[in-house]
Amino acid sequence: MLQTAQRTAKSKTKKAASAPSHKTGADKAAPPHDRFLEAFRWMLLTRTLEEKLVSLYRGGLITGGVYIGKGQEAVSVACGLFLQKGDIFAPLIRDQAGRSAFGEPLLDVTRTYLGSRLGPMRGRDGNIHRGHPRNNELAMVSHLGAMISVTVGTLMAKRLKGDKNFVGLACIGEGGMQTGSFHEGMNLAAVEQVPLVVVATNNHYAYSTPNDREFACRDLVDRAIGYGFEGYSLDGTDLGACLDVIGSAVKRVRAGRPPQLVVASVLRLSGHGEHDDASYVPEEVKRQPFARDCLKVAEQTIVDLNLVDAETLGKWRKDAIAQVEEAIAAAQQEPAPEGDKEDWCALSNRGLADQPESPE
Amino acid sequence: MSITYLEAIREAQAKLLRDDERVFIYGQDVGGTFGGAFKATKGLAKEFPGRVLNAPISEDAIVGTAIGAAMQGMRPIVEMQFADFSSIALNQILNQAGTHYWRTNMPIPITVRLPSGGTKGSGPFHSQSMESIYAHYPGLIVMTPATVEDAYTMLIEAVAIDDPVIYCEHKYLYYHLKADKLPEKGLPTGRARIAREGRDLTIVSYSAMMQESLAAAEELERDGFEIEVVDLRTVKPLDTDTVLASVARTGRLLCVGESFPWGGATAEVIARVTSQGFHLLDAAPQRLNAKDTPIPYHPNLWSTHRPNAKNVAAKARQLLRE
Repeated sequence: MLQTAQRTAKSKTKKAASAPSHKTGADKAAPPHDRFLEAFRWMLLTRTLEEKLVSLYRGGLITGGVYIGKGQEAVSVACGLFLQKGDIFAPLIRDQAGRSAFGEPLLDVTRTYLGSRLGPMRGRDGNIHRGHPRNNELAMVSHLGAMISVTVGTLMAKRLKGDKNFVGLACIGEGGMQTGSFHEGMNLAAVEQVPLVVVATNNHYAYSTPNDREFACRDLVDRAIGYGFEGYSLDGTDLGACLDVIGSAVKRVRAGRPPQLVVASVLRLSGHGEHDDASYVPEEVKRQPFARDCLKVAEQTIVDLNLVDAETLGKWRKDAIAQVEEAIAAAQQEPAPEGDKEDWCALSNRGLADQPESPE
Repeated sequence: MSITYLEAIREAQAKLLRDDERVFIYGQDVGGTFGGAFKATKGLAKEFPGRVLNAPISEDAIVGTAIGAAMQGMRPIVEMQFADFSSIALNQILNQAGTHYWRTNMPIPITVRLPSGGTKGSGPFHSQSMESIYAHYPGLIVMTPATVEDAYTMLIEAVAIDDPVIYCEHKYLYYHLKADKLPEKGLPTGRARIAREGRDLTIVSYSAMMQESLAAAEELERDGFEIEVVDLRTVKPLDTDTVLASVARTGRLLCVGESFPWGGATAEVIARVTSQGFHLLDAAPQRLNAKDTPIPYHPNLWSTHRPNAKNVAAKARQLLRE
């Protein structure tokens, strides 16, 4: 039955993956998905924010690194968009669009990147290693695959507590899919039959390592059957398809179907981080269909279908710039943490903190 | 009535499951009618349906799951089948549980039970003592109970603590150690205990090595030496004050631990005493650990590999002559 589900999804994907229809002259066509425009605006906001973060990094105003999701915004936004209050989201490195759609304030991002003491990580952790676990946005660790089982645990807890109507969505890349931790987490999710969607974005490079040195299976989605997941493939450059496939996967686990694996294909349109010029990506790869820029494709769809006029698009762009500038200006004015004023205690029970030095 | 160290651990878990609906137990073979490789959860799955759950052989994911559940307000207890296998879960324990409060301000109240230390014939992969590894990393509390009473009260305390606790229970003590009854309350977490008073030399130890140290102290008593034995109870936090106060009385310090010799709990005690109480020492402090090889299978080799009452007494005699 799983095999059937997978095949069905693939044939569906092929249809979704075809180039957006060019209905010139149509006055008002229906968008490819009823949340298409809303999703597009999150993507636009993300691209605007991340371009600004890159320029701050280049100007030496961000320490550590900047990791952007350029080319992955369509997949990512769909990951955040269909989650409701009480659902769990475990975003990863390139999931700014999903984080924003899930409800992360822009100020969290700029505070973390700029090292504000008032941010959620308070200068103790930086860039994409942030979250609001109390708001069900988990704070990723760098060890890939490790967030899958943590997400499973949140869902098991909700079931043990008797909560109803909750799902979890965890993001991973094709790089992270090759870890032992990922394998253990996936297997456990299926054993425990928790309502989990795992969205794997194959951006074709684990840092500099191409797919052929990452895995040898025919298609990563085939692994779904082995884990006891239902698997779906997706053209991650097509926003309509992303909303359709990921939205349906979320709906299915909410309805009690087995855990879902969605494997999206895109090209990372940046380096691993902004320190990396990605010169190892050959030109012919950049000409592949999966290398399309999902934001441009979505915008072209809007224009082609005449979903909104040019003036509105311009207004949305201006609005995104204003939001980003406001969030950056606010974070820049905030105090940085100070080593001699920091609370150097890694335990919440202060009385149980070890005292290696004698009191002065 | 007589209760073993192992039964105390089972009783503590039964009490926790009874008293606190947030508690559940997760691990390999802990559920069903089996009740764990050592029977530490025997009968609990039947008594508490749906709350004592078998997991696949996936140490990383087991701890990851416990961490996620803790984020949602649960109080999971993870049983590692053997402490040795917790190496697979190091990433989740150190990088996820140990960093989470510091990074996000949300503590992770998990208890990871590690059946630790050597027993005859268990070999390199079923005998390890991991307390020094966990104590090295920030954000974790490391308990090493040496008595039946502590095995019981400290496990109850571990689950009550909001931070992650690594609870090292010693397999050698499971059946060897018995008590008449279980106490209502123990010493506060982080407080060491004077297990035996003396004035000639202080032995600082924990877990099974505390029992070996007590036996060594009895042997030395026959030769007229009064040995004080300090049971650390938790290696992190380390009760430096109690250790220093003891060394102030005796002037001599021997630290005994079962983990490997490089660094670790015994080295930490000596570092603190020499830097904070150098003036209290009448002789250079000494330590005794397992040998710096993998743990051997054959009983003849194993009994020499780890510290025992005999070589603890020999080391103490040497130190008393100085």
